[in-house]
Amino acid sequence: MLKELAQIKLPLERRWFDEALVLSWRELRDTLRDWRITIPIVLLTLLFPVLMHITASLAVDWVQRYGGSSLISERTFPFMLMVVGFFPLSFSLVIALEAFVGEKERKSLEPLLATPLTDGQLYFAKMLASLIPPVLGSYLGITVYLTAMYFTRGWHPSLHFVILVVCLTTAKAIVMVSGAVVVSSQTTSVRAANLLASFIIIPMTLLVQVESIIMFWANYSVLWWFVLLLAAVNLLMVRMGIKLFDREELLGREVDELNPMTIWRTFKRYWSRVEPHGRNERVTVGRIYRRDIPAILRRLHLPVGLVVLCMLAIGVAGALMTRQFPLDKSTFDPMALSSESFQNLPTGFLPSFTSWILVHNMRALLGAAILAIFSFGSIAVVLLMIPMGVLGFAAAQFAIWGYNPLVFLATFILPHGIFELPAAILVTAAAVRLGATFIARQPGMTIGENWLSALADFVKLFIFVALPLLIVAAIIEANVTLPIVIWVYGS
Amino acid sequence: MIEADGLTKQFLSSAQEVGEPFTAVDNLSLSVEAGKVLALLGPNGAGKTTTVRMLSAVLAPTRGQARVAGYDIVKSASQVRRAVGVLTEAPGLYLRMRAIKYLDFFGQLYSLSADVRQARAMKWLERFGMADAANQHLSEYSKGMRQKLALIRTMMHDPAVLLLDEPTSAMDPHSAKLVRDAITELRSDKRAIILCTHNLPEAEQLADRIAIIRRGKIIAEGSTVELKARLLGTPVIEVRLATPFNGLLPDVLQQVNILDYGDTWLRYQSDDQAHDNPRLVRWLTERGAEILTLSEVPRSLEAVYLKVVESKE
Repeated sequence: MLKELAQIKLPLERRWFDEALVLSWRELRDTLRDWRITIPIVLLTLLFPVLMHITASLAVDWVQRYGGSSLISERTFPFMLMVVGFFPLSFSLVIALEAFVGEKERKSLEPLLATPLTDGQLYFAKMLASLIPPVLGSYLGITVYLTAMYFTRGWHPSLHFVILVVCLTTAKAIVMVSGAVVVSSQTTSVRAANLLASFIIIPMTLLVQVESIIMFWANYSVLWWFVLLLAAVNLLMVRMGIKLFDREELLGREVDELNPMTIWRTFKRYWSRVEPHGRNERVTVGRIYRRDIPAILRRLHLPVGLVVLCMLAIGVAGALMTRQFPLDKSTFDPMALSSESFQNLPTGFLPSFTSWILVHNMRALLGAAILAIFSFGSIAVVLLMIPMGVLGFAAAQFAIWGYNPLVFLATFILPHGIFELPAAILVTAAAVRLGATFIARQPGMTIGENWLSALADFVKLFIFVALPLLIVAAIIEANVTLPIVIWVYGS
Repeated sequence: MIEADGLTKQFLSSAQEVGEPFTAVDNLSLSVEAGKVLALLGPNGAGKTTTVRMLSAVLAPTRGQARVAGYDIVKSASQVRRAVGVLTEAPGLYLRMRAIKYLDFFGQLYSLSADVRQARAMKWLERFGMADAANQHLSEYSKGMRQKLALIRTMMHDPAVLLLDEPTSAMDPHSAKLVRDAITELRSDKRAIILCTHNLPEAEQLADRIAIIRRGKIIAEGSTVELKARLLGTPVIEVRLATPFNGLLPDVLQQVNILDYGDTWLRYQSDDQAHDNPRLVRWLTERGAEILTLSEVPRSLEAVYLKVVESKE
């Protein structure tokens, strides 16, 4: 759609929007005619804010009666404002999930697809129609709550805070709607769409929980970062929506393919192939090392480049952070390190420190890969960037304390890092690809096939490359790195 | 108006056949001139709907090309959709809308002015006897009325090409006749029409050419007469007399290729009716026989269809 929007030329641009708005308007009217949607929206926008106002007032009065701090009300009232704004958004999912698959079920989609409307117009119109009722409901709810609070308790937030809540609410609504429209365009029944909506609800719920903590912490400026993050996710979601929007997919599939046997067979197909479009062949360890791994590395060259770039950038950023947060030399004295310093190393339930390192690294990389699936690959990179940032910070701190940072890196990191870092980079790159398959569709493959092909690559890479490297790294870290550190720095 | 060359459509793996693309339409070529109707016949799943979807630029072909109303179906998909009216298999109406508003909505999608939308909607509603129901909600419409309204939606933007999938299904005989008359009228307005149907008499009545499609391939194509001649053999003529042949029959055998006969009737095959029929009539009349009727034995399109479809099984 973005490309399409960019290509619109006068005098066509007005017509592009006019035609799309015709559809949006029809959908809106259709939604507003459905009492199953309008009645709950009205209740949530008018009654719920009043209820929240009563609840907040009762809670604050009760706390103050028993000598509680006025801080409670300062925190509760803004928090309730966010909640009041969020609740009507739940309808964005109900409406947006219906957008395509609902029409498909009612068989009214094909006449619409046969009109001159472009994919971009259809996507834009459906998004807008799904977005307007819940967002207006949210704004109305916020207004009702603020009005009630002002007239009954004389409380009103700052204009800055109101703008922040409105921006947060709008950004969340767009994320939910764009996500739901994607789900709606990729499923074959409303039931399946509702089941897949958990992919939207769970991250949003987590986000609201984090926002709640920040609200009570009253560090409101942090929430602007959330607005920024949501804006970035919106861009990704819209791109994903445009990439995945396909008239063929909408009309072609009649049955849901979330069939475990089909998924397993498809996975096995890609497992047995060197190239996704190649022939099925017998899988041997020799073949995997000779042909599969080089082919996977070729396919991963872009994500690998991205991961390395992010690591370098965060390393530099970490180093620069020492200017803002310099540590006192007394915080850590490497010269005081001795073999006693490493006597009580963690092992958890595992027999040795070596196995603990290995399990920890595997858990971290696999956990990041799982989160990557739900974040288009981004969380995997972010999680790897955190230790890299710390490393850059530590190296710069060592330099400030008067030690050679290269010696620091060569002793603390290099011995095991030479194995561990490539493993981490490769696994993270494969995880990025796993998550990015949803927004970077491959020609000649369904989304599911694309994802399972990336999963087969991930598993091969993890078992045959990363795991051996991580084992060697753990052995070196536990048995070689520590003695080197003590030898170089220790007393 | 419609020119398709080697159209092929493959779908990606389905749950049943992982990895193997399913070929819905296989190297299909056809052409329909302005003012002509092509009937696309074939069993369920033959590829008729996929063909219509490709020609209406809803689906992109895997291979091959087609031009509809002068536009390439891939490069100018939006223009193709603007020039084509598609009646889908299911009416697919928005049941919460009123008929007039529904037609107005589709008219707007084709950028028609309000006056044109109103005039065309009323013209066609009146034509199909539904003007009184213009302000009714579509949920109150009967099945046949919904189908007629879907057909009106197809014609709202006055398209140069019509792709009609089962236009008279679910209609009572009177409504079906109204629709058939409308199609005939639309053809005379120099529109190219493709008609997908299982109603063979309707196809025979409306179509200039018939294409029988099976497993995505056209396995027989031509006019009804051509197909009958090609697939059912030489036409059979039946002569009925007022009185028995008596001694004439052995001599008649010399005149024509008799297939069967009775006391007062006989059937013969003729490749050249213009020559054989007058000659036989003259011969019988000269010998005092009173001819009651002489006519070609009717051969239905159904017989052609079944022969084609079954022979390829």
